[in-house]
Amino acid sequence: MQNRSATIILHSGGFDKIMSAFIVGNGFLSMGIPVTIFFTFWGLDALRKNGLKKAPLSKMNMLGLGRFMIQRRMKKHNVASLEELAGSFKRIGGRIIACTMTMELMGIGEKDLDESLVDEYGTVGKYCYVSKDATITLFI
Amino acid sequence: MTPKVKTEVDCISENCPMPLVKTREAILRAEEGDVIRVKGTHPQSFEEIPMALDAMGIEILEKTKDGELWTVTFVVS
Repeated sequence: MQNRSATIILHSGGFDKIMSAFIVGNGFLSMGIPVTIFFTFWGLDALRKNGLKKAPLSKMNMLGLGRFMIQRRMKKHNVASLEELAGSFKRIGGRIIACTMTMELMGIGEKDLDESLVDEYGTVGKYCYVSKDATITLFI
Repeated sequence: MTPKVKTEVDCISENCPMPLVKTREAILRAEEGDVIRVKGTHPQSFEEIPMALDAMGIEILEKTKDGELWTVTFVVS
């Protein structure tokens, strides 16, 4: 088990894409496989304070109505919320890196991000260094 | 076989991926040799929790299914 690990680049900021990243991340962690998610570009919005609450659906958001409807259906079908998925990801050892180059481009400071989510700051070098030994890498 | 269960993990009515996550959380909290029983109703998890245990090299002691309700019992190693 020791030599397996997964890395995920989360480039997208849609509610559904963030959800996929955290679900897959939780899945690997549940099998004892370490996971690092590198948040960059639109994905960085998810790390903003209350970012998970504000993330729009990537399709049919309809000014938030789409997200409201999917959240209601998630509750009905006992699917964990985005906040719960992020929380369990962190609790079972998931690691989050925020891309500082994108932060500069978008004028996002460390104080704008949710410090309970971010483990580290870095750029492509850190992602590549972690990924070079990973057995699984995904781009979302 | 009636293994002495130390921890029961209740995943009844929980959906993907929480049964897997709760199983992993229980394993992280447990000590080697502890017997854990997970019970739930999410159909796919009855198949996928054993997959996760296989990936971690954990042996299953018992699997039961009664209607919707299933249990998976294993020893933490």
